[in-house]
Parts: sequence; C-alpha cells; structure tokens
Amino acid sequence: MNHIPRDSAPPLLDIDNLRISFQTAHGRTEAVRGISLRMGRERVAVVGESGSGKSITFRSLFGLLPATASVRADRMQLQGQDLLSLDRRDLRAIRGRRIGMVVQDPKQGLDPLMTIGRQLIEMLRLHRKVPAAGAYQRAVELLAEVHIRDPKRVMGLYPHEVSGGMAQRAMLAMILSAEPELLIADEATSALDAVVRHRILDLIEEQVRLRGMGLVLISHDLDLVARYADRILVMYAGRVMEELRGGELSAAQHPYTRGLLACRPSLDHPGQDLPVLQREASWLQ
Amino acid sequence: MAAVNPPALRIDQLIVQRGSAQVVNGVSFSVPHGGSLGIVGESGCGKSTILRAVAGIDTQWTGRIEIAGRPIGVQRSLADRRAMQMVFQDPLAALNPSHTIDEILREPLIVHRMPDQDARIVQALQTVALPLAVRFRFPGQLSGGQRQRVCIARALLVEPQVLLLDEPTSALDVSVQAEVLNLLSRLRRERQQAFVLVSHDLHVVAHMCDQIAFMVGGQFTDVLSRDRLRGATLHHPEAQRLLDAALTH
Amino acid sequence: MNPSSTLRQWLASDTPATRTQAKLGAIYRLARRFLTHPIGVLGLAMVASIVLAAGLAPWLPLADPIAQSLDQRLLPPSAAHWLGTDTLGRDILARVVHGARPTLAIVALVLVISVPVGLLVGAAAGLWGGWIDAVLMRVADVFLAFPRLILAIAVAAALSAGLWTAVIAIAATGWPPYARVARAEIAALRRSEFVQAARAIGVSPLRLLFRHALPLSLPSAFVRAALDAPGIVLIVAGLGFLGVGLPPPQPEWGAMVAEGRAIVFEAWWVSTLPGIMILWLSLGFNFVGDAMRDVVDPGVK
Repeated sequence: MNHIPRDSAPPLLDIDNLRISFQTAHGRTEAVRGISLRMGRERVAVVGESGSGKSITFRSLFGLLPATASVRADRMQLQGQDLLSLDRRDLRAIRGRRIGMVVQDPKQGLDPLMTIGRQLIEMLRLHRKVPAAGAYQRAVELLAEVHIRDPKRVMGLYPHEVSGGMAQRAMLAMILSAEPELLIADEATSALDAVVRHRILDLIEEQVRLRGMGLVLISHDLDLVARYADRILVMYAGRVMEELRGGELSAAQHPYTRGLLACRPSLDHPGQDLPVLQREASWLQ
Repeated sequence: MAAVNPPALRIDQLIVQRGSAQVVNGVSFSVPHGGSLGIVGESGCGKSTILRAVAGIDTQWTGRIEIAGRPIGVQRSLADRRAMQMVFQDPLAALNPSHTIDEILREPLIVHRMPDQDARIVQALQTVALPLAVRFRFPGQLSGGQRQRVCIARALLVEPQVLLLDEPTSALDVSVQAEVLNLLSRLRRERQQAFVLVSHDLHVVAHMCDQIAFMVGGQFTDVLSRDRLRGATLHHPEAQRLLDAALTH
Repeated sequence: MNPSSTLRQWLASDTPATRTQAKLGAIYRLARRFLTHPIGVLGLAMVASIVLAAGLAPWLPLADPIAQSLDQRLLPPSAAHWLGTDTLGRDILARVVHGARPTLAIVALVLVISVPVGLLVGAAAGLWGGWIDAVLMRVADVFLAFPRLILAIAVAAALSAGLWTAVIAIAATGWPPYARVARAEIAALRRSEFVQAARAIGVSPLRLLFRHALPLSLPSAFVRAALDAPGIVLIVAGLGFLGVGLPPPQPEWGAMVAEGRAIVFEAWWVSTLPGIMILWLSLGFNFVGDAMRDVVDPGVK
C-alpha cells in the first residue's frame, strides 16, 4: 500500500497502526482501529462517513483530542521526528509551524475580535519571526497569493464582514504564512457553495503544488476528492477499507466503497429507488 | 378554469424582502397534487427564502400564494398552517433538544386539536420507518438520519397539502441520504403528496422532482422537466454552469 | 434483584417507555456527571451539612441559643461550650446552628421569588421583542441600578427590620440579572430552527414561551442561582452586621460578627466562628455552582 520507495529520507508523514479509543459513560469505545499511512509530498484523500474516525486520526497528530482519548501507535512521525513522545508545548510548536489544518468553519479559526490583517501579521511574527516592518507587506502579499482581490481592503475587515469563501481563503493565508510542510484540510469546503468549493480546492491544490507541501484531504464527498487526490483512502468504523488511485473511483473493489458509490442519486437514473448501503458485520473485522 | 382541480400550490409574482434587500424578485409557479418541483441554485439565490415565505416564517412578501385554490396571507390561521409544512436542513437544529420525540410529535396534534394522539404518533413513526424504541428518547440520542425522519414525520402528522423541503439531505451522510430520499419518494407515491424541494445539489433535485427550476439572483431563469436536462441549453450562464458541473460527474 | 441497581438500570435505559422515565433518566445522567466533579461534591457536602444542621436544630442536643448566663460570658471554646460563649454568656455553637435557619430561609425565599420573576420577564422580552422588550428591560435596568446592600438597608429602615423585609429588598434587586440573561438566550433561540418549525406548525406564542423558551433557559438559571446564593448570604450577613437584619435575640451570623467586633483580639471566637460559617456556606454554594456549570454547559475545555 505504500508508494514511497524506501530510500534514506524519511517520509513526510509516517503513521503505523494508530489506535485511538475514548472513555465514555458506557465503557471504552474504539474510534480508530489500526490505521497506517505513509505519505510524501503528495495529495492523499481520506474519505468516510461521519463516525468513520477520519477527522480524529489527524487531530491526534496535533494533540487536539480531549483528555479522555487514549492514542497509541507503533509509529507516528513527521519527517522522521517522533510525535508520540512530545509534550503539549512541543506539539503546539509543531501545530501551525510544520502541520497546518484548515477546518470546515473558518470563523472557528479566526478571532472575531481582530481584523484579518492583524491576525495575519500576528501569525507571521509568531511563527516566522518576521520583523514588524515587513510583516504588513508580507501579509498583503499572502492575501494576494490566495487570490483575494483588493487585499489591502480585506486587511482591515473583520471575519464576520467577509463571505464564507473569502474567510476560508484568509484562513488558508494564515496557515500558509507559517510555511508548513503538511496541510490537512478537514471538510474544508463542506460549508461552501458547489462552485466556491471547487475554487477553494483549486486554490489549495495550487498552493500545495507551488510550495511542495503534502496534502491530506478529509471529506465525506467521494466525487469531490477524487479529482484532487493522488491516493484515496476509504475509511469505515476506524479502519481503512480500501485504497484507490486518484481518478480511479470506478475501479473500487470493496463492497463498502461500491455501496457508497452506488447509493448516490444521479441524473442517469432519476426517480428509481436508490440502492441502500447494507453494512456487513464482516467489515468490522 | 373551474373544471380543473386547483393545483396544490400556486405562487404568483412572489417578491420577498429581507431588510432592505429584495431576495426574491417575482417568482411564479404551480405544483399539482402529487407533483413535485425542485428549485436548484447557489446559496444566496433566494431559493430557501421562497419556502420560508410560503411557510409563513418570512413575512415581508407580496404577491399571491394559493393552497388548493385558497389564498394565503401574511397572517396565518391554524387551518392555513395545516395546509403546508416544512422540513429544514439541519435536523438537529430543527428539534427542541429538551423534548422527547413523543412530545415533539405530539405538539402539532395538540396545537391542531387532533384526536387519537397516541395512535397517530405510533403510526407516524411507522410511516417513516423509525423503531418504536425511539419514541421517548431525546433528539441528541438519535442519529442524523433518524432525526430527519422525525422531522418528516412531524411535518406529515397534520396532513398538509404541500410539503416544503429545504435541503433535507444536505447535512446527512450519502448512505443516509439515499434512505431518506427513498422514504420521500415512497411517501410521494403512496400519498400523492405535492412537494417543493430546494437544494444546491442538482442530482438530488433531479432524482426527486419532475419539474426543475433553476434560480439565479432571485428569479427563475429556466424551468424544465427532468428528462430534458441532458444537453439542455439554459438561459443564464450561471445556471448553465451548475448543470454542466453536475453532468460531468 | 438488588432494588437500587434495578432503579439505576431503569434510569439509565436508552429506550425509555414513558416521558417520566425519559425526563428522570436525563436528570439522573446530569447528576452522575455532577458527581464526577470532586469540588462540586465537596461544595454539595458543605451546603448540605449546614442545611441539615439548620433543619434539625430544634431536635439537636444544643444549648438554648437565647438563654443568657452572665457569669459565663466570653468563655473560650471548651468541652462544655464547643465554640465558646458570647458577650451575654450564650452558647455560640447553638447560636451558629440556629443562626443558619434565617439565612437559609432568606436565600431560599429570595431565589424562589427572583428567579421565576426574572425568567418570565426576560423570556417575554426575548420572545416578543419590540416595545415589550424595551419596556421590560428598562424596568430591569432601573432595579439593576440600585446597589443591593444600600437598597436593602433603605427598605429595612423604611419597613422595620425583619425576615420578609430582607427578602423583599434582596429579591427586588436580584431578579434583573436573570431577566437579562434569559432575554439574551431566548432572543437567540427565537432565530433557531426549532422555534421557526414550531411557529410554522402553528404553536401559539404563549405555548412557545412556556413549553419551549422557559424550559431551555432553566438549566443555566439553576447554575446562576447557585452562584447567586453566596452573594445573598453575604448581604444578609451584611444587614445583620449593620443592625438592620433580624431583630434580637434571634441569632443571625452577621449580627453575631458585629457583636464581637470590639473584642476581636481578646475573644476572637465571638466574631470569627460565625464569620467562618458565612465563608463555609458561601464557598459551598460557589463550588456547587461551578460544578453545575460544567455539567450543564461543558463548553470548551
């Protein structure tokens, strides 16, 4: 399942046998049951429905899980650096500086009380220690790089004053300002319009390509990510059911993936009852 | 004109204001009993606002709304309210988290003073294929698909002439969406229920509805039946973009 | 079959058969979450100990709280008098326990009056908006403008000191915060989809108020009531301290602190021990309120 040739340089992200469980009122529930992923500077899509564990898998890289979670893995490394043994402070340094995460609701990542410009400048000075004099100019450049027209005006706007798509671009600019090596987009476009969605994904893909970053696209939308990924991992109940090459969705073998593909409504067979996904207990093994 | 049955829903030159902006700029359509109209467009085009004006949630509108031939005004009587019901996009937000499912389903029966409440509640749960075990649970204890079924059951309890569906499956997983869409299709077949379905997803709309209206900037730019979609040339470039994007999948 | 475990199973069941079972089950789950907060449990124990002692006071083997014994004045804590005696030879332990009764009574009465009034006013303002909102909130502002202790003193002076005077005075300035928060919560709720769905069904505004808005504003009101209680305890003590609380010889913590003011260095126990009780009760309520807030609205960790 690994397309990275075994050479001397460590892969960008190396996860082996990741297991995450939560302590709840009803006992221990396992959310992730043995996920392995090795990736370089490529685009990997992780697709699954809610409850599949796809978001939790990558939030564990940052230490963003609640205290009731127990994270265990044989290996969890970022460019050779072990992530499991880091304490909170070191994990915070990694978060943002080396791995960036774009989330569904940009307003969550943006401080509502500060203008976009000010937050961007703060990010630049915090992560890359850009001196105050150059920070403003660099911030404007960043906004232009994410294709925001009239960046100087947007610098002075508050997050609630811009549209969802523009807020997402601003969020992306903030994340890119730290120049991370790996970008994780967790349902980054689910709250956006169909057309804006593609524009944002085009933008993410462009930036990732220009900067030589790795990209993990987490989504529940199979069709959407198929166009933007080199590899697609299909997750269900905390496990990877199948791995596909980008653009080759129709070659899916696993019944879960085929079931997901088949139950989508389509213009080709309108009106007929959609096949319902029958979940097999055997998939949980 | 009098010989023909009046349509379940008829809208004539509907204009809806939100604050100082005119969100819906003169929309007209009619839906016969057992018929279905889908409205597709980007967010902000005003499609949800049409539903909300018909449902009586948005009150700044002018024009004509008729249900089964009877005109409806901004002020709604109880009988008016019974004539149409709405299913919202986010089932979690559309259910009061502190009420049990039983209370949620009982409320429309109490408000409209309908008899045999227990029997109707049980039958409603069966109609939407929900197990009776969920009757006294809270919405937070149900899955997304189950919650949306509760919303559909609640809407159907008062036996409306028209069902208004605002992005009913957008918040659901694709496999759950398939189940809910099948349910809606079955209900339409069995009850000859007229409905208006709004979505940004043309696939969903084309699957469910005979007639499809494309909406841009507060107006319908094209209305066509679903078998004419492939290869259609639409009047507005944005609508064309929507159609092409959907067809290339 | 162990009866307590069947009860627990019945409460924790995820397929309740009746509405009562469902609601009781929800309360049970909240109670269990509360019990996982050690500070909250501590606070509950602190408050409960005082409530129990105060409730059972007439039957506990205590000395007479108002019996003076001038040859036993100002005795330090000993085996005969666990907390010593005051300037008139009265047993302080008995006075402290009996003194809890009016304090707790006033706290309870004030909350029972101010919370419902505040919630109703706030909910009405939030639900109807417009001029109703404006009028009700200005009325709330007027009452909010008065400093609580000063108003309480003024009312006590005007209406002659007593339990009900204190209750009226404190409740009069106590309800506006509940109204303001309820109004904000419910104004936000008004835009939520389930309220719109309810209106689309045809639910009347009155039913919206009593069956939707008010029940949802209750949990946070409980939390704020628990956090309000310490303030009330302190105001009652303050009134007593200033001599406008309950008339003597009724024991009251604030008055007891005042009595021992002049001799606080020679006979520390006369002022300090009632003071500690005030602290104990306030702190207990604070702990309970904090834990309740975490249970009701976990928010961001």
